[in-house]
Amino acid sequence: MKFTEEHEWLLREGDLVIVGITEHAANELGDLVFVELPEIDTAVVKDDHVVTIESVKAASDILAPLDGKIVEVNEAVVSNPAMVSEDAQGNGWFFKMTVSDWAAYDELLDEAEYLDLIA
Amino acid sequence: MVMDRAGERLSEVELQTPLYDLHRELAAKMVPFAGYSMPVQYPMGVLKEHLHTRAAAGLFDVSHMGQVTVTPVSGRMEDAALALENLVPIDVLALKPGRQRYALFTNDAGGILDDLMIANLGDAYFVVVNAGCKVADIAHMRMHLSADCVVTELTDRALLALQGPMAESVLARIGASVGDMKFMDVQRTKIGAVDAIISRSGYSGEDGFEISVPSGQAVAVSRKILADSTAQPIGLGARDSLRLEAGLCLYGHDLDTETNPIEAGLEWAIQKSRRNGGARAGGFPGADVVLRQLEHGAAMHRIGLLPEGRAPVREGTLIYATEDAPTAVGEVTSGGFGPSLNAPLAMGYVPGAMSEIGTRLFADVRGKRLPMRISQMPFITPGYKRN
Repeated sequence: MKFTEEHEWLLREGDLVIVGITEHAANELGDLVFVELPEIDTAVVKDDHVVTIESVKAASDILAPLDGKIVEVNEAVVSNPAMVSEDAQGNGWFFKMTVSDWAAYDELLDEAEYLDLIA
Repeated sequence: MVMDRAGERLSEVELQTPLYDLHRELAAKMVPFAGYSMPVQYPMGVLKEHLHTRAAAGLFDVSHMGQVTVTPVSGRMEDAALALENLVPIDVLALKPGRQRYALFTNDAGGILDDLMIANLGDAYFVVVNAGCKVADIAHMRMHLSADCVVTELTDRALLALQGPMAESVLARIGASVGDMKFMDVQRTKIGAVDAIISRSGYSGEDGFEISVPSGQAVAVSRKILADSTAQPIGLGARDSLRLEAGLCLYGHDLDTETNPIEAGLEWAIQKSRRNGGARAGGFPGADVVLRQLEHGAAMHRIGLLPEGRAPVREGTLIYATEDAPTAVGEVTSGGFGPSLNAPLAMGYVPGAMSEIGTRLFADVRGKRLPMRISQMPFITPGYKRN
């Protein structure tokens, strides 16, 4: 599993990566009440705003961690945003995307580096 | 993830309430608020804290608010009442001992400087003002009331709010007899051996109490209240969602110096005696504007809004009459998610002509026009103990 400084996790699955937010981020946000996911087949560039999540108090933007294309979204978290709070690094994933440049993926933080970041 | 709209700001100096160490012990997440470090939520989380308050009882630390006594120099309460009436459009003279009233400080343009509570303690008025306005409010009162009254800020007292349908039984358990009190009653009393000023009021839409105690006793009283699981500590997050569901205004958001009481739908707070034709009509700052609008209607009206979808519509969101209208007709002043409604909700201002209940309007959220309907407020059925 890879991580970004913006508290996303990425898990490689064949030619795709699965993207979500970290447990740490989910804890910081508190109870989520709304998730808005991107359209399938959207081409994205790193740092594009792709997902909006809202807790009771505030909205947060999730940015594309890499260049690629959105190929699948997790509709379950739209109907039940609490899944993100409960299982952020598992069933609470947001989308799957293709990756244009796997070298950029390899350069992302590994788990130890991410844990250092939030320590 | 970018939390750019989280609205959390750092301030240079953060004051602490007498309950600060208890909040830390209870593992609260602390945030800066009105110059204080305050608990925004506890481990239970905003949603559960909100629902627990509606189902049982929630304890809030509101010690950051200003507690002030206004005591007549003459010893005659009517002198203090008439002095206060120079600052608020409220009938203070008719406020009986043991009763409390919602009030507003207005400015010369009829705008709202703050909203507050005034209680008659028999020998003084007990005034509770918002934390963010208290320095200005106290200066304002000293400037205008000092000829007839002594204005004393009670810096040595904490203020707790215990809200929810089980608040009365929790207080009974710790030795405060409040069963005879009705909504907006106030009394000097004892909690065990502790001197307290208790009012049956609050900011949640539920039955409940606000409890002023000496700072040194605040932790002990709080621990007693929290001794069984009926009462849970509740942070500012749930305080905001509770008051929004109750249709109550938050100063600095739904009310400010640019809004007047009529636009804000607070005409109920202006008793007959202070209106045109009343025994003491006008006589408060901006009375000409406020009373004229009271008779002829205000241009803008505060309204409740229920978005039709699931997306929260936040403060600052522009409101449009149609899906493609080029110009906004109003703005959301408070908005979020209502845990008891299990739906988003908001309040805002629109022109009077389009403020009827049921009117469909649109919010511009991230470039999309989301439909909403104007709703009755409060959004929930309040639990105030009126009888």
